[in-house]
Amino acid sequence: MARAATTADAFNAIAEARRRQILDLLATGERDVTDLVAALELAQPLVSKHLRVLREVGLVEVREDGRHRRYRLNAASLKPVSDWLRNYERLWSARLDRLEDVLQELKETEPER
Amino acid sequence: MTAPTSSGAAVVTLPTDSQILITREFAAPSQLVFRAWTTPDLIRRWWHANRGEVTVAEVDLRVGGRWRFVQVTPDGFEVAFSGEYREIVPGQRLVWSEIYERMPDAPALQTMTLTERDGRTGMTILGEYGSRQVRDAVLESGMEAGMQDALSLLERVAVSEH
Repeated sequence: MARAATTADAFNAIAEARRRQILDLLATGERDVTDLVAALELAQPLVSKHLRVLREVGLVEVREDGRHRRYRLNAASLKPVSDWLRNYERLWSARLDRLEDVLQELKETEPER
Repeated sequence: MTAPTSSGAAVVTLPTDSQILITREFAAPSQLVFRAWTTPDLIRRWWHANRGEVTVAEVDLRVGGRWRFVQVTPDGFEVAFSGEYREIVPGQRLVWSEIYERMPDAPALQTMTLTERDGRTGMTILGEYGSRQVRDAVLESGMEAGMQDALSLLERVAVSEH
């Protein structure tokens, strides 16, 4: 079952390296746009555009704090991405567990190489 | 004290947009790991990943030599991979090209390294897929295999209920 090929899902949002950088920064705590502009050394409109994409798919949430808008990571929305990867990991874990079984058997049958 | 035989699960990471990295440690010397990886009778015993059986394991272990592995899942889904060996350093390194035969226009390059320490072997398998699209399709094929697994299990349960 392939995932739906929409343009507005978490998979697409994290496909962009700058957006992953923003998520990394937000993973350490709330930031406002000024913080992100300084950390990324990008023009503010570009940072705002990336933030908009991340908000649309729910990866990032915003909170009004006086005159500031504080952005934070919504880690729960990354779960579909991690589930997707974990499936592939399960396949390889099972495969390499069986390889380990074969190795242990080989070690027993020929202890002195 | 003996070394633990269980060495932990495989870990999959995505170093770049076009790569998949698999790492795992084994409680065995690297020459043995290399042998199990490149000997057809041994490949048949682990490649299946608990999902059906390996029906073809062909290995021509020479630079430029071909390889082909075919696995059939319990519900009859055939999964075939093939390619050729590019670099062979027994016990240390193996590089091969790889295609998933359902996506023949998307070749990958796989590099396996083995590092032995105190009788244990660290394995890395770095897959280079050329683009994020192909890389992601490969990750999805893992998901498909997982789904196949779940579906065939459901089917068995459903059949036994009647």
